[in-house]
Amino acid sequence: MKIHTIVNSTPLSLILPSGMTTLDFIRDTLGLKGTKEGCREGDCGTCMVLVGNPENGQLRYRIMNSCLLPVADIDQSHLVTIEGLNMEGLSAIQRLFVSEGAAQCGFCTPGFIVSVTGYLLSCQKPHYSEALAFLSGNICRCTGYKAIERALEKMLNQLDIPESGWGQFNQRIGWLIQNQILPEYFLHIPTRLAELPTVQKTQKAEYYSLYSVAGGTDLYVQRGEDLEEKEIDRVTGNDMKGITELDDGRCSIGAATTISELTESEVIGRFIPHFADYAGLIACTSIRNRATIAGNIVNASPIGDMSIILLAMNASLLIEDNEGQRETGLLHFFKGYKQFDLSDGERIKAIILPSGNCDWFFNFEKVSKRTHLDIASVNSAIHIKVVGNFIVEVFVSVGGVAPIPLMLHATNRYLKGRELTPELVDGAISTALSEISPISDARGSTEYKRLLLKQLIRVHFERLSEFLTQKIAIR
Amino acid sequence: MNNKDTGLHVQGQSVFTGDLNLPEHSLFAAVFTAPYAHGKITQIDYRDAEKMDGVVRVLTARDIPGINQIGNVVADEPLLAEEEFTYIGQPIALVLAESHKIAQKALAQIQISYEKLPVITDPREAYQKGNIIGEERVFSCGDILAQNECAFLFEGRVDSGAQEHLYLETQVAIAIPVEKGKIKIVCSSQSPTAVQHAVAVVLGLSENCVESEVLRLGGGFGGKESQASTWAALAALGAFRTNRAVKLTLPRKTDLIVTGKRHPYSSDFRIGLDKNLKIIYFEVMYYQNAGAYTDLSGSVLERTLFHATNSYFIPNVKVKAVSCRTNLAPNTAFRGFGGPQAMFVIESAIYEAARQLQAPAYRIQQANIIAAGQRFPYGMKMQENNAKACFDETLRKYDFEKKLQEAKGFNAQNKFLKKGISVMPVCFGISFTTTFLNQASSLVHIYTDGSIGISTGAVEMGQGVNEKIRKIAALTLGVSVDRIRTETTNTTRIANISPTAASTGTDLNGNATLLACQEIKNRLLCFLPTFTGQGSESDYAIVEEQVLYQKQAIGLDWNQLVINAYLSRISLSSHAFYATPGISFDLKSEKGSPFAYHVCGTAIIQVTADCQKGTYVIDSVEVIHDTGASIDPTIDMGQMEGGIVQGIGWITMEEVLHSKDGRLITNTLSTYKIPDILFSPKKISVHFLEAFDPSKGVLGAKATGEPPLMYGIGVYFALLNAARAFRPELIVPYSAPMTHEKFLMMLYDNPSCVSNVG
Repeated sequence: MKIHTIVNSTPLSLILPSGMTTLDFIRDTLGLKGTKEGCREGDCGTCMVLVGNPENGQLRYRIMNSCLLPVADIDQSHLVTIEGLNMEGLSAIQRLFVSEGAAQCGFCTPGFIVSVTGYLLSCQKPHYSEALAFLSGNICRCTGYKAIERALEKMLNQLDIPESGWGQFNQRIGWLIQNQILPEYFLHIPTRLAELPTVQKTQKAEYYSLYSVAGGTDLYVQRGEDLEEKEIDRVTGNDMKGITELDDGRCSIGAATTISELTESEVIGRFIPHFADYAGLIACTSIRNRATIAGNIVNASPIGDMSIILLAMNASLLIEDNEGQRETGLLHFFKGYKQFDLSDGERIKAIILPSGNCDWFFNFEKVSKRTHLDIASVNSAIHIKVVGNFIVEVFVSVGGVAPIPLMLHATNRYLKGRELTPELVDGAISTALSEISPISDARGSTEYKRLLLKQLIRVHFERLSEFLTQKIAIR
Repeated sequence: MNNKDTGLHVQGQSVFTGDLNLPEHSLFAAVFTAPYAHGKITQIDYRDAEKMDGVVRVLTARDIPGINQIGNVVADEPLLAEEEFTYIGQPIALVLAESHKIAQKALAQIQISYEKLPVITDPREAYQKGNIIGEERVFSCGDILAQNECAFLFEGRVDSGAQEHLYLETQVAIAIPVEKGKIKIVCSSQSPTAVQHAVAVVLGLSENCVESEVLRLGGGFGGKESQASTWAALAALGAFRTNRAVKLTLPRKTDLIVTGKRHPYSSDFRIGLDKNLKIIYFEVMYYQNAGAYTDLSGSVLERTLFHATNSYFIPNVKVKAVSCRTNLAPNTAFRGFGGPQAMFVIESAIYEAARQLQAPAYRIQQANIIAAGQRFPYGMKMQENNAKACFDETLRKYDFEKKLQEAKGFNAQNKFLKKGISVMPVCFGISFTTTFLNQASSLVHIYTDGSIGISTGAVEMGQGVNEKIRKIAALTLGVSVDRIRTETTNTTRIANISPTAASTGTDLNGNATLLACQEIKNRLLCFLPTFTGQGSESDYAIVEEQVLYQKQAIGLDWNQLVINAYLSRISLSSHAFYATPGISFDLKSEKGSPFAYHVCGTAIIQVTADCQKGTYVIDSVEVIHDTGASIDPTIDMGQMEGGIVQGIGWITMEEVLHSKDGRLITNTLSTYKIPDILFSPKKISVHFLEAFDPSKGVLGAKATGEPPLMYGIGVYFALLNAARAFRPELIVPYSAPMTHEKFLMMLYDNPSCVSNVG
């Protein structure tokens, strides 16, 4: 594939296997060695880069793990490595990392600098705790986090952002340049991106080839060695994105919509209350910037966070092939371990959420070894409608306890129509325990997962009761 | 001219081994390893691999020209397994190919047949079957019969898990044939000399034919002390056989599987106290899980015994330790080196005694803190009163009593959220316990433009040793630190290098540098009277780059001094040697003074646990620590905070899981979790003890590398306190790491794990 991109300040046109990882492209093809390889599974952040793409008419920079990023996805983009953040002397962020001693062995440091810069490039209004959470994908094994926190805090404190905010892209870039956070060439990137030659896009039919890659955040972990020498088809294009409220009150989410885009969407916030808070428990910023909603579903991991949330939302899938399209409930989609209802030639086009209603209560719980950037031991979601202390409708889903992301059908049947009482929760728990079959693995023993589900159901109902009490108070 | 490492790191300009440009025609190596934990090889077929495009050669033990041996302390470990393999991941063959990816792919084409042999992964089982390494060691003092006079006697079992080093830069080595019979190795090792030695043995060369160089490490933590040699020797073998440069980089998953970790321990203790909470008897049997080969296990075991009583004076002690051979990758050095395992046992014993006596653990801790003049079980006298000073000062400064009250109030108000507080004193001996290793040299050159280059045996791995050495040199010579560059660590410049380990890097190499700089400075001062024609050498000083005569500047600066000394044929180079004075240890009696000094401190740890979900956060770690006269407080703070969080990782979420047949289950970063920025304690406060002994360490600065890691152990006991605030009757396990899983299971599915025999 011929790729036209700007790497740091240099426009490049190169023929590369489109499945090649951007990490290998940076280190081996370009010989830029500041970006490090730490794990090749998106779990350490040493290979962090910034990728600038037009979004809503403006250039938008996002941090990404270059080890999981096919070069196909930097075509027409601005790729920024640590070298691209260097300037005469040190940048303001780099200076603070030095003065606070926020670099020890130095192997993670370029990744941290990229992420902190990425935060200032993409945040609405800088906020310390948000900035900290932004760094959850960067691991420092010298565990010098406190010094990194001090550098970050000082950075944010010394920012003197105009009252009116950063405004449009060019204003923000100009400000960041003026404050020695970005080198000057950034100002000219939008123009230079527009000057890049464009290539005739591949025909739609090719989407259905074997190497169809969406976010690739798990595909590259599992099959990176196969993919990196191959041509792939990207399914991250704008035609697969978008969040729209349909005329019938439902919500359609394009298959290639990333978790970050969901988080930023006001519409999603209405359909899945507090989704942005739950999203903090899903992977880390850089992975959320890549991972797609449909990718999480077809990955069919029994503990996929989005699958669990969408099951409880009683979402359905719009599936298309060359002949046409069909809609199926997500709860019918999973057939067995990593098996699902998608024939050859079919793909998910969109995810449909049923119409929202303020009478419904939603809650998502996830327990893992590490709270952030970890795969759940058990995760569970509940979506429930209570009228006059009686359960009118309920969907409880749970992950990590069966070969598939599990809808607790029997539990839901048990709960539906009953009055909310403490005994009811006990009944729900014993029903739930009869529906699951967890196995012992790296994420926990069978006994632990059974215990966790018990506890999480209790938490769901406690949160529900808080919600109901509040609602009564408001009335 | 700023040579500060961090300045390069932040720009991505610091060069690690893997970043080096390779010579033309370089090859890439991949290692074929044992697929099962114990087996007898019946057949291996490499033909398909060798036929692959881009594969140059496959090498096995038969291609080794010298001795197939890399055991550093005990010669019991082959570089490549020949007939039998004893752990999953043991190297068997080396694939050489035109690219890293081809070499990796070729591994799948190698067929191996083997006969399965019995697999042991549990140290106690190994011990029962007589699979031990070396001898059982016993440290004792006082009278074993004292246990009969104790008012209270408790016993129990303590287990602590392995810890993966997870240096972010995986093992990597480049071997370059220099000219016939000579080879150069650049690799990521804490011990360039160990690499040089291993390569010489394997290739049958004399050591002067092997140049070993280290630029810097992307993290070591002990994992590259002995275990970097394997990959260097394999790369060297490839280079030797092909006469082409060979680069060997371990992919992360391979690195996790094939390299050893912190030793897991299983121990039985017995602790006896009198009515005043004085510990009068302590007995332990430590079963160390050594893995398949000796590696550094004996030395780790020894340090466990040295730290069996942590910061306490106990008059009657009998601690036994045995290294058990299992079918796991050979376990190795890891920051703390057996010390954390020992301290977890004594702290568990104290906690258990306190629990059963319904007294707070800190009262027992406080009643037994070692004072100056009291002796450790191995006979050494505590030189300073810093253990007690730190303990008392910590409780006072951080308002311990108030904290306890506040936590009590919080716990009364919250049903499921519970706070737990613990106190964790640490007393850690500084020096290699293998006495002969306590030596170092430094080579200082001053160039005619006044710039300075320093080579030492120290390896920079983030601990800031290079920066500290620059500061020591600048201070000694009276010049700006910006003039000074620390060079790579290279065996042709510095010979017979001790590993950068045991927290001694700065003490040893800094002191050697100090001596080398003093020597040059003396030459310059002696030169000045003849050069200026006035006074004697004692009239001169060099301060802030200016020559002072009777404390007055005379308009002669460093650059002018240096060039004139050169023109007058004064040597501007010096090589100096340092050996830690006054240390010794007698292995026969197991008595002596093996340490130059002890580093002490105390931490207060507070956690908040969610007793419904079994999750927790660490609120604060507050420490008073005796670091002496810090050469660089920023670096030392980094060592403190980093060590604490790494220790917390070991005791909480870092869980190395093996299947019964010795297969590593946690073989990715998605299954082996280490602390991230959000898990790191909300607050870490560190204050350095103000009163200190200026004769310790280098220029009065004490070592900082390992000791802080052990404060993390306190999190375990803070969690137990939180759990008991939720369920006061709880009988608690002593089994680290305390993962979210174990915490929840302890609360709701609790086995009885300790019995009272008192």
